[in-house]
Amino acid sequence: MDWSELGLKMGLEIHQQLNTKSKLFCPCETELVDEMFDEEIKRNLRPTQSELGQIDRAALQESFRKMKFNYEAYYYHTCLVETDDEPPHSLNQEALELSMVIATLLNMQIVDEFHTMRKQVIDGSNTGGFQRTGLVATNGYLDTPHGRVNIENLCLEEDASKRIAIDIKNNQSTSAEYYTHFRLDRLGIPLVEITTDPSIHHPEQVKEVAYALGQVLRSTNVKRGLGTIRQDLNISIAKGARCEIKGVQNLDLMPKIVENEVQRQLKLIEIREELEKRNAKVLDEIHDLNIIFKNSSSKIISGAESVKCVVLKGFAGLVGEEVQEGRRFGTEIASYAKKRGVSGIFHTDELPAYGITAEEVESMKSHLNVDDGDAIIIVAHNEEIAISALEEVIRRANMAFEGVIEETRKSLDDGNTEYMRPLPTSSRMYLETDIPLFKIEEDSIENIKNNLPELPDVKKERIIKEYSLSDDLANQLVRRLRADDFEYIVSKIEGSNIDSTTIASVLAYDLREIKREGYNISNVNNESLISIFNLLADSKISKDAVNKIIIAISENPTLDPEEIAKNNNLLVLDENEVLSIIEDIVAKNSSMVEERKMGAMGPLMGMAMGKLKGKADGKLVNKLLKNEIEKLI
Amino acid sequence: MSYKKLAKSFLDSANVSIGDTVKVEKNKVFYEGMLLDRSEDSDDGYIVLKLDSGYNLGVNISDAKIELIKKGKEPKIQFDSLKIEEDTNKMDISIISTGGTVSSVIDYKTGAVHPAFTADDLLRANPELLDIANYKVKALYNILSENMKPEYWVEAANSIANEISDGVDGVVVAHGTDTMHYTSAALSFILETPVPVVVTGAQRSSDRPSTDAYLNLFNSIGAAKSEIADITVCMHEGLDDGYCCLHKGTKVRKMHTSRRDTFRSINSEPIARLKDSKIININPNVDYNKRDSRDLILRDKLESKIAIIKSFPGIKNELIDYHIDKGFKGLVIEGTGLGHVPDYMLDSIKRANDENIPIIMTSQCLYGKVNMNVYSTGRKLINANVISGGDMTPEVAYVKLCWALGQNDKFDEVKNIMETNIAGELSEKSSLKYFLN
Repeated sequence: MDWSELGLKMGLEIHQQLNTKSKLFCPCETELVDEMFDEEIKRNLRPTQSELGQIDRAALQESFRKMKFNYEAYYYHTCLVETDDEPPHSLNQEALELSMVIATLLNMQIVDEFHTMRKQVIDGSNTGGFQRTGLVATNGYLDTPHGRVNIENLCLEEDASKRIAIDIKNNQSTSAEYYTHFRLDRLGIPLVEITTDPSIHHPEQVKEVAYALGQVLRSTNVKRGLGTIRQDLNISIAKGARCEIKGVQNLDLMPKIVENEVQRQLKLIEIREELEKRNAKVLDEIHDLNIIFKNSSSKIISGAESVKCVVLKGFAGLVGEEVQEGRRFGTEIASYAKKRGVSGIFHTDELPAYGITAEEVESMKSHLNVDDGDAIIIVAHNEEIAISALEEVIRRANMAFEGVIEETRKSLDDGNTEYMRPLPTSSRMYLETDIPLFKIEEDSIENIKNNLPELPDVKKERIIKEYSLSDDLANQLVRRLRADDFEYIVSKIEGSNIDSTTIASVLAYDLREIKREGYNISNVNNESLISIFNLLADSKISKDAVNKIIIAISENPTLDPEEIAKNNNLLVLDENEVLSIIEDIVAKNSSMVEERKMGAMGPLMGMAMGKLKGKADGKLVNKLLKNEIEKLI
Repeated sequence: MSYKKLAKSFLDSANVSIGDTVKVEKNKVFYEGMLLDRSEDSDDGYIVLKLDSGYNLGVNISDAKIELIKKGKEPKIQFDSLKIEEDTNKMDISIISTGGTVSSVIDYKTGAVHPAFTADDLLRANPELLDIANYKVKALYNILSENMKPEYWVEAANSIANEISDGVDGVVVAHGTDTMHYTSAALSFILETPVPVVVTGAQRSSDRPSTDAYLNLFNSIGAAKSEIADITVCMHEGLDDGYCCLHKGTKVRKMHTSRRDTFRSINSEPIARLKDSKIININPNVDYNKRDSRDLILRDKLESKIAIIKSFPGIKNELIDYHIDKGFKGLVIEGTGLGHVPDYMLDSIKRANDENIPIIMTSQCLYGKVNMNVYSTGRKLINANVISGGDMTPEVAYVKLCWALGQNDKFDEVKNIMETNIAGELSEKSSLKYFLN
């Protein structure tokens, strides 16, 4: 595809959790809790007006779903702030400073005064019905191999609570209470939201920018591991509309997601053009089909309380049109209907199927008086939900005349996306009045500038020069975040029988290898490594012994490396001890020496090394053995 | 506009006012957005902009340049107009708003939550309420409840009485939570009512999606439609958005600064529990007056020159002397334990008695009854004519003393009123259940 001709524009939004001691507005820890919750709290949320006097479109959409929320709380890991039963405490200074460090690394301009805002989110993921967030910096940039990307905004905000489960709705009843379950441990963990401008223009570049931003973030005190960083992608083409794709986990999948989304937008534009050509029309009336399907053999249909439908004039064939691999335009319509509690829709482009017979389709068509150019969308559920779902079908089908609709979509594992909700408008933001405005003084910005962490590339170049490392080794150290450990360890090594490449390769490769074998290398801290390397530097152990000692420590971190070496016969023998062993070997094999002269060197060397393996340096053994043999001949 | 001095002249220089779209340049950074008002107590060296993204930020105006892009209107909160249709099958409920968090929105002037809603607005924000009753709405005050005064209780009671005379089936009073239990007690003494009068409020303001205002209001209306024709307080039972408790107006107290379930029955139990605007169960052990079992009576004379004095180790006699000197008409003491003050206070207490100033003894324990017979200090207090507050909270004893002195100025009469149960405030029996529930 010709991306520039299509007018492809992309922006990236990255959410990264910060590794601060406490949450953004309360003193709770920032670690997820792996324990049974202590109490459950049940809540509802209602959309409210923002300061500009409008109820937000997305917020209203969510409220239609009338969801009930169940929050899993802890007595000691969470507090009343997370349950929305206590006003927020003061802004976490550590988090603000860290966000300023990241902003500075991204060449951004920090605001004069930080205002905490409430961003309305009424899907239940925030107990208050809003996420607290504030703008820290604007106007930055980041250089990538594909060119410079502008960083528009950096915001400091609270993470949402983690969704645990959604109660499954029963087709037959509306009276039971269904809850969405959230756990409060993640709510309030500070995170930075970094937004680029929409100037990214190639699918591969998106991946590059995400990678480069990740590198910058990882040079600071951010959280690491699964779920601590989340990427959202904004995509549009000239004739399409902006869609925000949430939760892109895998960077390598990014180019494919972009291609699939462009594909979808192009298809929707085609469908629009075709609909216009056909003079198509969505009929508002919701029809009852109970008579038609009274004795249906389709289990899905006959099991439902009522069967209803709407007619899309001139839509035949288009509902079944594939917009992304394996996803039809009907799937797009269905994803709107699903928000009202149905598990799916049927449409005439796919019928007869699902146990619905050709006769039933025909009698339905004649009952509704529609022709072959029309499509019928059917929902089977109880009356209230069926009507509500079909209202969404009508709404979505009408949107087909606009082509691409601005939406928030969810990233799926196969590179496709699914409708989540309308794109939020800016009216969902209003001031958090429980927190004072926070002035950012010039001094603190200056102080941060003077104490910036080194960016990965700069660090790599420097350690190559400073420690004569290979490019590959330096690269591995930086990527695996071992460079600081490396420099620290090197600075603590006193002996001379070691070079920095040895230390670097243990850190970059051996540790990883040992971890792969299933050992718990988190038990091996820098201090243990320093002790081990110092044994090597002082020629007390051989290089072979290093990994053995690391493994022993990973199994029991209380052990002392030198003790391990001693107990496992890994200590190098001193020259006299080596000599006496060699003397012994030469004496026992004196006949061979007499016979073969220097030719005995090979077999005797083998014997000596076998006995001294890992405890003596080969060169030394060689020298001493040679001396002993020479004495005899 | 609350911009002052530096900021004001900066804005005036570019003919910019609140609501205008402006461009501000500062150190080669451009911000374009709408000028918002700034809280009155903030620094005048900054202005507030709302960017298109929705974010606000403060810009230090030194070295900044401002340019007017477009004139605009000051942002305002507005609801669509409300059409209330009368349905003869529904009961008529009167909602009287006095202010407080339950009827608060954000005030951009000070950047804080302020009472601004009228009862009308409450219905607009919660249109579902229209399904369950016909309403008459009246905005009596617009104050935070810490600013309540005894005079306001009188005015509120008169308003309620007017509504009842006009024939409504129940009254809901929207009130700030801080002093809600004072008001509910005051209304209990001032009014004898044939219909339910329910006081309610919110701990989380109505401008946030998680507000407790809706559930409290919804259930209060259910309580106002019920048979329980007392002055009651209806608030969240627990942290869930599920049940509300209906507390007796003289037996309830705010017990937590911020939780939704802050209101608890003290030395009593809630009268009933409500859910979905319906009474779910009524506690058979709590007495209440049934609808239409008594006539409307208003006894609205109050004496407001009363003080509460809390005893503590190291308290000085001057505290009592001061109030006597200043002409206070009655005192409530929040004593320690069973109802004690240090024995050196006795002289001042006797002096108060000599000057015909009734002193009511209550306990800072809150739970349990005052009993001044157990220790010698207590007996000395009885001899000095200190009146026992029984199991009333200090707040209820205070409100009752205001009312008692409004009814009568003779010491013996006041003592008699204070020791007689008027509105469920005194109970003979202390149940095992009356503690920390």
